[in-house]
Amino acid sequence: MDTLLMDGLAQATEQQSAADPWRGFAPGVWRRSVDVRDFIQRNLCPYEGDAGFVAGPTARTTALFAKVTDLLKQERAAKGGVLDADTEIFASITSHAAGYIDRELEVIVGLQTDKPLKRAIMPFGGWRMVKTGLEAYGYTPSPKLEEVFPSLRKTHNDGVFDVYTPEMLRCRKSGVITGLPDAYGRGRIIGDYRRLALYGADFLIKDKKAQLASLEVSRIDEDVLRLREEISEQIRALKELVQMAASYGFDVKRPAATAREAVQWTYLAYLAAVKEANGAAMSLGRVSSFLDIYIDRDLRDGVITEAEAQEMIDHFVMKLRLVRFLRTPEYDQLFSGDPTWVTECLGGMGLDGRTLVTKTNFRMLQTLHNLGPAPEPNLTVLWSEKLPEGFKRFCADTSIKTCSVQYENDDLMRGYWGDDYGIACCVSAMRIGKQMQFFGARANLAKTLMYAINGGKDEVSGEQIGPAFAPITGDVLDYDEVMARFEPMMEWLAKVYMNALNAIHYMHDKYMYERMEMALHDRDILRTMACGIAGLSVVADSLSAIKHAKVKVIRDENGLATDFEIEGDYPAFGNNDARVDDIAVWAVERFMTALRKQKPYRNAMPTQSVLTITSNVVYGKKTGNTPDGRKAGQPFAPGANPMHGRDKKGAVASMASVAKLPYAHAQDGISYTFTIVPGALGRTEDERVDNLVGMLDGYAAQGGHHINVNVFDRETLLHAMDHPELYPQLTIRVSGYAVNFIKLTREQQLDVISRTFHDKH
Amino acid sequence: MTSPLTQARPGSVSGWIHSVETGGTVDGPGIRYVLFMSGCPLRCLYCHNPDTQHMHDGTRTTSAEVLDDIKLYAEFLKRAHGGLTLSGGEPLVQPEFTAAILRGAKALGMHTALDTSGFLGNHADDHLLEDVDLVLLDIKAFSEKTYRHLTGVPLRPTLEFAERLAGLNKRIWLRYVLVPNLTDDATEIDGLADFVAGLGVVDRVDVLPFHKMGEHKWKALGRKYMLGDTEPPSRELVERVRGQFQARGLRAD
Repeated sequence: MDTLLMDGLAQATEQQSAADPWRGFAPGVWRRSVDVRDFIQRNLCPYEGDAGFVAGPTARTTALFAKVTDLLKQERAAKGGVLDADTEIFASITSHAAGYIDRELEVIVGLQTDKPLKRAIMPFGGWRMVKTGLEAYGYTPSPKLEEVFPSLRKTHNDGVFDVYTPEMLRCRKSGVITGLPDAYGRGRIIGDYRRLALYGADFLIKDKKAQLASLEVSRIDEDVLRLREEISEQIRALKELVQMAASYGFDVKRPAATAREAVQWTYLAYLAAVKEANGAAMSLGRVSSFLDIYIDRDLRDGVITEAEAQEMIDHFVMKLRLVRFLRTPEYDQLFSGDPTWVTECLGGMGLDGRTLVTKTNFRMLQTLHNLGPAPEPNLTVLWSEKLPEGFKRFCADTSIKTCSVQYENDDLMRGYWGDDYGIACCVSAMRIGKQMQFFGARANLAKTLMYAINGGKDEVSGEQIGPAFAPITGDVLDYDEVMARFEPMMEWLAKVYMNALNAIHYMHDKYMYERMEMALHDRDILRTMACGIAGLSVVADSLSAIKHAKVKVIRDENGLATDFEIEGDYPAFGNNDARVDDIAVWAVERFMTALRKQKPYRNAMPTQSVLTITSNVVYGKKTGNTPDGRKAGQPFAPGANPMHGRDKKGAVASMASVAKLPYAHAQDGISYTFTIVPGALGRTEDERVDNLVGMLDGYAAQGGHHINVNVFDRETLLHAMDHPELYPQLTIRVSGYAVNFIKLTREQQLDVISRTFHDKH
Repeated sequence: MTSPLTQARPGSVSGWIHSVETGGTVDGPGIRYVLFMSGCPLRCLYCHNPDTQHMHDGTRTTSAEVLDDIKLYAEFLKRAHGGLTLSGGEPLVQPEFTAAILRGAKALGMHTALDTSGFLGNHADDHLLEDVDLVLLDIKAFSEKTYRHLTGVPLRPTLEFAERLAGLNKRIWLRYVLVPNLTDDATEIDGLADFVAGLGVVDRVDVLPFHKMGEHKWKALGRKYMLGDTEPPSRELVERVRGQFQARGLRAD
């Protein structure tokens, strides 16, 4: 294609554009094979300026958003927060007719079902979950579906429970392992949705067919058979995507030719994924700097204005805010507020030292100003000290005003994952289109410590869950003795945990394969087995108390250690005190070492996260008194946070403790949630921005991985608890994502309020 | 944890501290390590840290230990365009201890700020002040009568200290706590603003609205809090007072 001749032709009609979608783009490997990164590297327009150029909402955006706001209000008022649900047909990419909010106003179109906020049935994870979900919200599933599931069509959930061992079931019941994706979609897979825009479906199908042909090998074993079947499914999914797009009037067989098409194509690819896969986290990846290349071309050609560019992004984001899944009330209680984790990454630096910040990163942040704060999409800034100052300041300013942004350390991750990775869910980095994870929820390390003390018996139920190692019988806990029992208990847990995950992901691949998302991946990908731990600060503080103070054991009539009495003070995690921080570091490394000894399904690479989402409340509920003085039922700290109120030396000391946790041994991410009252961040607006930038630079330079930033007063939250109607958009960051504060349970709200607020004046 | 470096460091001085805040943002530029030292000769009616007034209510430590801890944050604070602020209490109650910490912080390449009422300004010799980049100077009132009523000590030494700082061309941020019916007299504030503007080294004036966040500490100490019935100043009053400073070309927030 002779792109040079086309350069600068402002009057290019739609048809001309479609005939030459790549006009003006610098050529490279990307033209011959699927390589989005190469395209970005050759065509990116880095932006070093400030936010002065961004546009406010257009009249159309304001009108459309008013409709969306009204729909969201109706949804909140509806039973269980579910506005509408399908009861007849289970979802697929093509199951529903085209749906609109207001066809006249929508610049970017496409809904999961035929109506906004109507939830679809996705039964392959587990029929019971869908049925319970429908019934809980007052719907009755069609009897014809009852005939299909599970008698005619087995689900992921059925498969897993066919193979779970009694030991796995015990661990699941006691809560020493919790949140396993054995009845719901695992999620945390990011399709490279940009591929549809850049290449069009025909190119991608051709590529997939070539992959299939490459697997006509001499020895067709189980691995090859599975992959051949998967690729065939992927091709089918791409064809259905073409069909679905056609129902909206778009021909996605060809590449996107304009900015609007690029946004629309990217969204349609994502939409196809969320039409058929109900993953826990359905993340978007890193699309805005890619889209910027198209927007920049159209701006240069004079075919769109800045206001129109912003409008496309605003409308795209409105759609992302409407993604819904049908889940059970129990599930929502665990994760709070119906999250979908449409995580989109902004910023970051290229391997060549250029910044990957573009104007469309600003436009994406600007949606929080134009449309107000919201938990979705989960906007994640890949932070580097080297990011342009103007971008840093806009991020900080947006954080302070909306509490809707999280930050992850690009300087730390780039070395592991290159410069085209995205974040799945909260903190899980993966190279886009080249890597996926088997999501593994988390093990309760605090409970494991209790099992070590009680010889494998559960401190709440008294049942024998773990191996019956000798319990500790002394009246005062001895550090060496506790450690000598804790380590083998961790080894045992790692084994059961990994085996349970193997069972889950084997069945997930078999019964609930994410063909659309995987169609937007390479043939050969890296899989990680993403394990996780909860209760890290409880464990560190408990061991610190045992080591540095005197912890007396109180036993019940059956000899079970159920309470503790602490004499003296002990250094607590979160004060940058090596005496306890070293214990936390040890615990992370030690459990990872145990996980690395296991054999994960499909040759996955074991990793772990220190992340609890909001389940820190549920984990706490299931765990008895612990030797750090935490009482039974009290929440754990979220993620890698210090325990509430125990970090007494201020924000920087707290950050320093968390930053010590080794990313090398927690490559699935280390989550830290930071809450500060506005007055404690500086006296003027400008100073607050400066200081937040300074804090993020300092934290990143220390090696901290992730930080959620909340800037608000405790009084605001207390007021919002009593007057939710006044705070429909109050968004707060929890553990790796954001939630609508008013959608949290009262218990979770109280937990958030009890957390450490940095408020020294 | 005594490192060889610490042992080799000469002139470690012992002293008393109250507490540490590692993420301070309102006591000097950027993010700051704020060391609250114990002991203060003033008895301000609105004191929001009455638990720091008596030196021996604090914890005994040494400048070497304090610096070991500060060192852990030096890199972070530099990146965050901040530094160390010595506050209290009154740092100049313990001038040798204060000087040793300032010296050590400068050796770490940190920005330093001294938060003081200036009453003990003559405890700070020129060597100590050489290690101070910024003085956060509290002038709590501008008439002897009000000052003495509010703090229990005379005003004169503070003004002399301010003039001495000006002579040394030491940068100052002035802090003025605005209490309705106590420190809101327009004439007195005009006088203060004239004086401050005349110094020529004051980069900004922080007019701090009175708050009662320290009240519970008075109760905990079993002492009577005299300003229990005083309300924080109105926004209009705060703006008026800021305006009085701004009218003299001073930056006032």
